[in-house]
Amino acid sequence: MNLAGCLVLSGALFAVGVFGLLTRRNMIAALLSLELTVVAALINFVAFARFGAASATNVAGGDAHAGSIFVFFAVAATAAEMALALALVIALRRRRQSLDITDLDGLHG
Amino acid sequence: MDNPVLLTQEAWSSLQTAAWAVLILPLLSFLVNGLWLGRKHERAAGWTATALLGATLACALHVASGWRSLVLQHPELYPSRTALAWEHVWLNFGGNLSARLGFYLDPASVMMIVVVSAISFLVHFYSIRYMKHERGAGRFFALLSLFTFAMLGLIVSGNLIQTFFFWELVGAASYLLIGFWYTKPAAVAASKKAFVLTRFADAFFLMGVLLTGVNTGSFDFLVVNGPAAAAELNRTLGAGLFAFKLLSVTTVLLYMGAWGKSAMFPFHVWLPDAMEGPTPVSALIHSATMVVAGVYLTARLFPLFAAAEHTLQLVAFTGALTAVFAAAVACTQTDLKRILAFSTLSQLGLMMLALGVSIPTVANGGGGAVTTIANTAGYTAALFHVFTHAFFKSLLFLSAGVIIHAIHSNDLRDAGGLRKKMPWTYISTLAACLALAGLWPFAGFFSKEEILGAALGNGHFTFVAAGLLTGGLTAFYMTRYFVLVFHGSARTHASSAMNADHAGAAHHGPTEPLLMVLPLIVLTVPSVLVGWLGRNAFLKDMLPWTSSATAPVEHLEAHAGFPWMVLVATALALSGIGTGLYLYGRKRWTAGYADDRGPWLYRILRDKLYVDEVYSFLIRKVGSRFVITPADWAERKILNASFDQGGGVLNKLARGLSRYQNGQVQRSVATALLGLVLLLALYFSGSPLPHLFGSLK
Amino acid sequence: MTPVSTFAYSAASNLLTLTWALPLASAAALALFPRQRVSAIRRFALAANTLNLILVAVLTVLFFKSPPVPNTSSGGTETMLAFAADHEWLSVLNVHYLIGVDAISITLMLLAAVILFSGTLASWTIGAPGGTGKVAALASSENGAKEFFILLQILAAGVFGCFISFDLFTFFVFNELTLIPTYLLIALFGSGRREYAAMKLTLILMGGSALIFLGIFGLYFESGIHSFSILELSQVRFHPDFQGWAFPVLFLGFGILGNMFPFHIWSPDGHASAPTAVSMLLAGVHMKLGAYGCLRIAMYLLPEGAGMWMNVFLIPAVVGVVWGGFVAVRQKDLKYMNAYSSVSHCGLVFVGLATLNLIGLRGAVLQMLAHGFITATVFAVIGMIYQRTHTRRIPDMSGLMRSIPFLSVVFVIAGMAALGLPGFAGFAAELNIFLGAFAAAGTLARMGAVLAVLSIIVSAIYILRAVNGVLHGPPKENAAVLSDAVPVEKIALLTLLAAILVLGLWPGPVVHRIDDALMPILNNLKR
Repeated sequence: MNLAGCLVLSGALFAVGVFGLLTRRNMIAALLSLELTVVAALINFVAFARFGAASATNVAGGDAHAGSIFVFFAVAATAAEMALALALVIALRRRRQSLDITDLDGLHG
Repeated sequence: MDNPVLLTQEAWSSLQTAAWAVLILPLLSFLVNGLWLGRKHERAAGWTATALLGATLACALHVASGWRSLVLQHPELYPSRTALAWEHVWLNFGGNLSARLGFYLDPASVMMIVVVSAISFLVHFYSIRYMKHERGAGRFFALLSLFTFAMLGLIVSGNLIQTFFFWELVGAASYLLIGFWYTKPAAVAASKKAFVLTRFADAFFLMGVLLTGVNTGSFDFLVVNGPAAAAELNRTLGAGLFAFKLLSVTTVLLYMGAWGKSAMFPFHVWLPDAMEGPTPVSALIHSATMVVAGVYLTARLFPLFAAAEHTLQLVAFTGALTAVFAAAVACTQTDLKRILAFSTLSQLGLMMLALGVSIPTVANGGGGAVTTIANTAGYTAALFHVFTHAFFKSLLFLSAGVIIHAIHSNDLRDAGGLRKKMPWTYISTLAACLALAGLWPFAGFFSKEEILGAALGNGHFTFVAAGLLTGGLTAFYMTRYFVLVFHGSARTHASSAMNADHAGAAHHGPTEPLLMVLPLIVLTVPSVLVGWLGRNAFLKDMLPWTSSATAPVEHLEAHAGFPWMVLVATALALSGIGTGLYLYGRKRWTAGYADDRGPWLYRILRDKLYVDEVYSFLIRKVGSRFVITPADWAERKILNASFDQGGGVLNKLARGLSRYQNGQVQRSVATALLGLVLLLALYFSGSPLPHLFGSLK
Repeated sequence: MTPVSTFAYSAASNLLTLTWALPLASAAALALFPRQRVSAIRRFALAANTLNLILVAVLTVLFFKSPPVPNTSSGGTETMLAFAADHEWLSVLNVHYLIGVDAISITLMLLAAVILFSGTLASWTIGAPGGTGKVAALASSENGAKEFFILLQILAAGVFGCFISFDLFTFFVFNELTLIPTYLLIALFGSGRREYAAMKLTLILMGGSALIFLGIFGLYFESGIHSFSILELSQVRFHPDFQGWAFPVLFLGFGILGNMFPFHIWSPDGHASAPTAVSMLLAGVHMKLGAYGCLRIAMYLLPEGAGMWMNVFLIPAVVGVVWGGFVAVRQKDLKYMNAYSSVSHCGLVFVGLATLNLIGLRGAVLQMLAHGFITATVFAVIGMIYQRTHTRRIPDMSGLMRSIPFLSVVFVIAGMAALGLPGFAGFAAELNIFLGAFAAAGTLARMGAVLAVLSIIVSAIYILRAVNGVLHGPPKENAAVLSDAVPVEKIALLTLLAAILVLGLWPGPVVHRIDDALMPILNNLKR
């Protein structure tokens, strides 16, 4: 496993996530796709922490574990965000009897 | 105190003070009456204004006598007979170019301030009684004083800007006074007509003033009339078809102002209509003073005009045309004041003619083409006629006012047989009519002879003929006027009722109120006398300013060489009177034909050659339809509509864009991603744009 | 702190700041008033504006008593400021609060203060029962005064701020500050098609602002010194290529605000719909910001550009002079008539600017002042007549002279002043403009001068048409019930008339100091 492999993986994950985000009409599915894009970004963090320039020369004065620590924080934050999002989805579902994302065009003036 | 220098200084400072007072007193009268007295105490306003104008007259006389003893009698000090009482800079334009307020004394201005203040005083006095029952008499006196102030300021101005300044002010005062009875639509229309028409001419006048100032570097008459200024202006501008002589253009533009103000054909149309104003206004403004301002201006600029090639010919031509035309029209009018108005036009024409025939001979055409004035008899004659005409014409208007006051009508056909009832008016009008007709020894005789003599002396036989014709016609229409008003029997109910019972007249007061007749009697004296009293003084002193005392001024004794001229002119005048007596004295004719009747020449003249109709056509059909309407249309349908249309286009565009923004999350996300991609592309393309914000500091 | 070329009374710069701070503070204070206390609100606004008038008058007197500017005749190109101060307030862009005045700005400030004072008096009935505006139609008629005066004070603050700013950015900020209150004042308190008019005005002026913004930043970057200071930028010689495009951009931007043909179309609708005080302030002062910017910013900073372009801009200027007159002749609504007359008179300002000589420029500045006072007077009288007759249409009125003589006489006087009668401010200004135009080089300038002079005929026609139509003629039957001006209105009108007369009769002293202030600009143009 090297940096390029990791980046390809994360790129693919991101693409899948974006595709899902743009095409899924079910709100839950869209949220899942969104989570995929976040995970893609997190993989980048870890990959750069492991293989990137920072680990070799430590120019930033940081530490090689910084990337991994970021991921933990991010995962925790995402989990919380997901909990909130799901709560919102349930609330919406109660109110509109639908999870179809195309029904939500309230932003259109 | 025997020191002559000290005495002179004292006299000089008293002259200066009087000169200030000449301007300040009428202004004071305007302010006092306009701001305070006129609103509540209308009778007091009349007396105050009259008193202040009397003081003005006294000061004017003092200035005149001071000027006479200090300036005129010291040709070694004042070779050109001119002096400045005082002068203050109003506005500087850099270099020598400045606009100044000054009090300029020369034979012409001294003569005019006396005439204007005298007639203004008498008219103020007369108006006390005339306007007694009028609403707004206080406003009337305020405006009359304002006019007098402006007129005096115009007369004494030593430069073109001051002239224009007061030129416009007299116009405004005239506007306000013509429209004094502002509820009367005819008066309102006449006031507007007078102002706009003179304003039209004044715009060109202003151009002339500015061109003169820009090109000669001065607005002062003393400089502008000098040979250097004429040489400066004597160049050709433009090329080919658009080539024009600057001097000719400038002088014609300057003359345009006089053209409008003195109501020369075809700008004359405002003057007859101006008779809608109160009669004292007509007597002061539209016969004796403001309308001669044009003649006065032409006289002021005479050396400059004389230097130009054809300008004086134009002056003479417009003068002759107006003189004959107006005299002919006056023969057919039936409105008392309009007859007098056309008579005024005709006499103004004669004055212009006189100025115009003083055509100088060019001394040397080469180099600077300096001209010298060889024969100024016409100049003298014109100002002499201004002088005499002022008295008898204002007298005629004031007497017409008495008549109108008595019979409550302006119509000649309503008058008749008033001789018995109005003896004083009868006598004074007779004197004025004879003066206007130009019979010896009345004032008009002398000035008319001077004019004809000047024209003949310079060999202008056409203009002599025009002058003679005018003289004959004048005698005719004045006889008609006089006979129809005073002789015969009362023609209509109005005058017969007045003749029949005094009870009817009683509640209007006496037929000839003393306060109104008094000025008539006073004016009768100069109407008879000023001609032969003033003639020699005019011939001696009333000469145009020349650049140097040594300039060859050859003054022609006007009719010394042409004794037959007097005979011809008098014979023509007498035959005019005879015809008038023959036609109207035998009760055969009334004032004229009934409407739409009479021979074609009569109808054409009665309708004033249809000049008003031409104006109406030009304004309503041409001006309105081809200028105002298109401009208004373009303003609405092109300029404003293009904004509205532009708004519509933007609106459509916005609507299209908002359709893209359908409010769904996925469309937003996709757009955001697109933006991200574009930014990345920009970043990797090496464009400097993303660095822009880094360079701000 | 950059050095400021100052010549007098730097200590008084705080007073200068007060001229805009006072209206702004009074706006804030007005917000605290209970809205029902209409009388207290307008009294407070009047007090603030009277105080401001006194303040500006004191500053003007101080200015005119100060020693003359030292560097005028020697070809100096630096503008010398009185009451100057300089503080940096946005360091990232090197923006300064650089204030001061010269003769041009102090006289324009006096114009603004007089008009604001008179305008406050003229809008005495705003919010009162029977007053005009949407507010009257809303619920209780007592609602409008508070918002009206708050907005008016903000507008005033912007105007004063502009006239004292010698920093382009600060100038721009103040200029933008005027726009929003203008929009709201017209849209909320106007009459007729007020929403359309307000929108049109705001959009077109925003367009002008965009051009100004572009030009200002062009100057900032192109100067190489990264400065917004007019004083510093005036000493920079910009590349001719830059001047070639930046000058028209700036001049057009300010020209739009200054009512230049054919961008004048915002003004007739705007002025006709605006309430009286706003019409007065807009036409009398706000518009002058445009011409002021043209002179102070476009021509002063980009003199070579002015040399290249002024003959081009002479054409719309002259067309505007004639055009405004022609269209005014046809108007039936008095306010539209006066608005188009403003187009004509503002055209004369641009004709004066286009002469590029001292007499013409001086005429342009005088015309800004003269037109400001005169048009404000006319708008004030029209507003007062409208309050009585409830119509502004000329054909619907007749013979008002008999029932409301005071207002009628003022209308006649203001009309005479507007048509350039000598003795009033308009003549002094027009005389200089015409003379400057005739003295200017080139056939085009002379032809323009001829047309401009001829416009005085047209002005006589439309003014007399209005005067004769409205005041003269037989009185209408219901005219007897009209009441003449109340003391408050008389004070407002007499103040304005006094200014018109003083400027018309004694222009000398003012002109002298204005010449001093114009010399640096002129020297820059000649360099």
